Amino acid sequence: MGLIGSGKGQPGAVPGWVGYALLPLLNLVAAFVLSGLVILVIGENPVDVLSLMLSEAIGYPEAIGYTLYYATDYIFTGLAVAIAFHCGLFNIGGEGQAYLGGLGAGLVALVLTGWPWPVVAVLAVLASALFGAAWAFIPGWLQAKRGSHIVITTIMFNFIAASLMTWLLVDVLIRPGSQSPETREFDPGVWLPSMDRALGWFGIEIAASPLNLSFLWALACCALFHVFLRRTRWGYELRTVGRNERAAVYAGISPSRNIVTAMLISGALAGFVGVNDILGVQHRVILNFTGGVGFVGIAVALMGRNHPVGIILAALLFGVLSQGGGQLSFDYPTINRELVMVIQGLVILFAGAMENLFRPQVEALFRRRGGGEPAAAGPAKPGGS
Amino acid sequence: MEDALLLALQLLGATIRVATPLVLAAFAGMYCERSGVVDIGLEGKMLAGAFFSAAVASVTVNPWLGLLAGIAAGVALALVHGFACITHNGNQVVSGMAINILVAGLAPTLAYAWFQQGGQTPLLPSQARIPAVELPGGDALAAIPALGPIFRELLNGNNVLIWVTLVIVLATQWVLYRSRFGLRLRAVGENPAAVDTAGLSVAGLRYQALIVTGALTGMAGAYLSTGHGAGFVRDMTAGKGYLALAALIFGKWRPGPTLFACLLFAFTDAVQVRLQGVELPLVGVIPVQFIQMLPYVLTVLLLAGFVGKAIAPKASGIPYIKER
Repeated sequence: MGLIGSGKGQPGAVPGWVGYALLPLLNLVAAFVLSGLVILVIGENPVDVLSLMLSEAIGYPEAIGYTLYYATDYIFTGLAVAIAFHCGLFNIGGEGQAYLGGLGAGLVALVLTGWPWPVVAVLAVLASALFGAAWAFIPGWLQAKRGSHIVITTIMFNFIAASLMTWLLVDVLIRPGSQSPETREFDPGVWLPSMDRALGWFGIEIAASPLNLSFLWALACCALFHVFLRRTRWGYELRTVGRNERAAVYAGISPSRNIVTAMLISGALAGFVGVNDILGVQHRVILNFTGGVGFVGIAVALMGRNHPVGIILAALLFGVLSQGGGQLSFDYPTINRELVMVIQGLVILFAGAMENLFRPQVEALFRRRGGGEPAAAGPAKPGGS
Repeated sequence: MEDALLLALQLLGATIRVATPLVLAAFAGMYCERSGVVDIGLEGKMLAGAFFSAAVASVTVNPWLGLLAGIAAGVALALVHGFACITHNGNQVVSGMAINILVAGLAPTLAYAWFQQGGQTPLLPSQARIPAVELPGGDALAAIPALGPIFRELLNGNNVLIWVTLVIVLATQWVLYRSRFGLRLRAVGENPAAVDTAGLSVAGLRYQALIVTGALTGMAGAYLSTGHGAGFVRDMTAGKGYLALAALIFGKWRPGPTLFACLLFAFTDAVQVRLQGVELPLVGVIPVQFIQMLPYVLTVLLLAGFVGKAIAPKASGIPYIKER
C-alpha cells in the first residue's frame, strides 16, 4: 500500500505548492459545491446555510470553544491515521481504539478518587494510550506476522470493541442501581480542568465550553509527531517501510517491527480521544461517546496531507463543520446535523479517493503557461493497494 | 419432540430471513472483489438502496418501482466508486469509506427534508411492500406431522426477494465458474495484465462487475426497507454491509462457502435473540454481546490463518495502470 495523500506528484511538472495546497483546495471546493447541491435539493439556500454554519462555529466565544473541543478529537484521530499512513498502513480502527482509550482513562479516574487532578491526568493519558495501543496492537501484529489485511481486521476490531464496551457498561461497570449503561460520575477533584477554569487561574476570562486542557496536549502531540517522524531514526525507519518495504529490508530495517510500532503509536494517539471526552467532558464512561471521530480522522489526515500543520488546519475545518452543523437544526426545520456527514463523506471522496481528479488539467495549465518541455510522462502515482 | 422440531424450524426460518440481505450484499462484494476492486462501501450502498426504495415505494405505492429505485441508487454509487478507483486509480478503501459516510449522512438528511418524520420514511402500507409468496398445497400438508411445520415455517410465506436471492446464489455459482464473463472476471482479479494482453478491457470488466455489485446491494437494501421491514429508518443497515464483507472473507471469496458463512452469521443472530438471559448448562448465561461479536472474531481468526486461510484475489485493491 503506497503512501496516500503524500502530495508528491511527478517531479518537475508543477511547483510543489500545487500538490499540497492548490489541489487539496480544488478538491475541497468540489466537495463543497456538491454539498451545496445537496442543500439545494432539500430546498434551502446553500450560501445561507454554509454562512450560518460558519457564524455558529466561530461567531461568538462559546462557539469557538466548542469548535476547538471538536478539533481536539480530530487532531488526535487525524494524527493516528497519519502515522499509520506514513508506514503504508490504513488504520480504520481509530473508532475502536478511541473507545478503548476512553475506557482506560475512565478506569484510572474511577480508581483514583481523591488524588490530585494533575497526577490523575498524567496517569489517564498513559492509560488511554496503553488501552488504545493494545487495541491497535493485535491488528498490527497480525498484519506484520501473519499478513492479515489491516483494513479488514481494524474494521472487525471496531465492532468487537463496540460489543465489548456494551457488555462492560451494561453488565460490569454500570453504576449500581442505575438503568442507563454508564459508570458513576468521577469525583469532581479528578476532572481534567476545562480551559475556562484553567485560564481563570491566570486571571484570563473566557466563555465556558467543553474545551479542556486536552487541546494543549493535542498540539503537543503534533509537535512530538513531527519530531518523531522527521528527526529520529525510528521515524526515518517507519517512513522508509511505508515508502518501499523492500528497500527497507535491504537497508536492514525490519518492516514487521515498524508496522507494529506504527500501529501502537496510532492506537495510542486515537486513545487520547478518551482523555478529551471522558476525563475532560463527560466525567463518566458512556456508550458510544466516540460517535465517528475515528472516521473523521481519516478525512482529517487526507485533507491535511499527513502533515501535523495540515492536520491542525483540517481538524479546525471539521471542528467548524461539527459545531456549525449541530446548530443548523435550530434555524432550519428541514436540516439536521447529518448534513455534516454528507460534507465529510464528500471531502473524503474528493480529497482522498479522487485526489488526482484535477491534476491533469492543472499540470496542462502549468505546461502551457511555462511553455517549456512536456512534463514527465506517466500517470499520477496510484493511491495504494 | 414436536416442540424441539418447531423451535429448530423457527430458528432456521429466522436465519433465512436475517441471512437474505447478508447473502445479497456478500455476493455483491464477490463480483467486484473477484474483479480486483475492493469494496468496503457495501454498507453505504445497501443503506442507499434501503432509503431510495422505501422513498419511491412510499410515494408511488408500488414496491417494484421502489425496488428499481433501490437498485439504481446502488448502481449509481458503485459507478462513483468505479470512477474514483478505476478511472482515477484512487484508493479503493478511501473511496468505499467515503461512500459509507456520505450515505450515512445523505439518507437521513433527505428523509428528514422530504418526509419530515425525524429521518425516516412513512410506514409503508402492505400494497407498497414487496409481497410474500404463498405456496399452494398448504392445506394438504398441514396435517402431516413433519412436513406440515416445515412447509409452514420454512417454505411458505417467504418474501419474493428470498426466492430471488436463491436464484442469484445459484446463478452466481454458474456465472463465476461456467460462463465466459466469469472466467474473465476471475482472470482480471488475479492477473489484469494477462487480460489486457488478451485484448480485453480491464476497466470495462471492472465496471461491469461494479454494476452487478451495485444492483445486488441495492436489492439487499430494498429487502430491508420494503420486504422485511415496512419503511426506512435511520441507520437501518446497522453494520450488515461490514458483516457481509466479513462473510465474504470467511467464505474465501467463493459462492458456496460465502453462502454458508452468511447462514452461520445469521444463525448466531437468530440464536442470540433466544439466548438472552437463558441459563445454559456448564457455562451459565452468555452475555448477548459475546454472541454478537462472534462473526467478527471468527473472521479475524480466519484472516490470521488460525482457522484455514483466506487468500484474496491477487490483484485485489491494486489499480491497474497500463504500461506505456
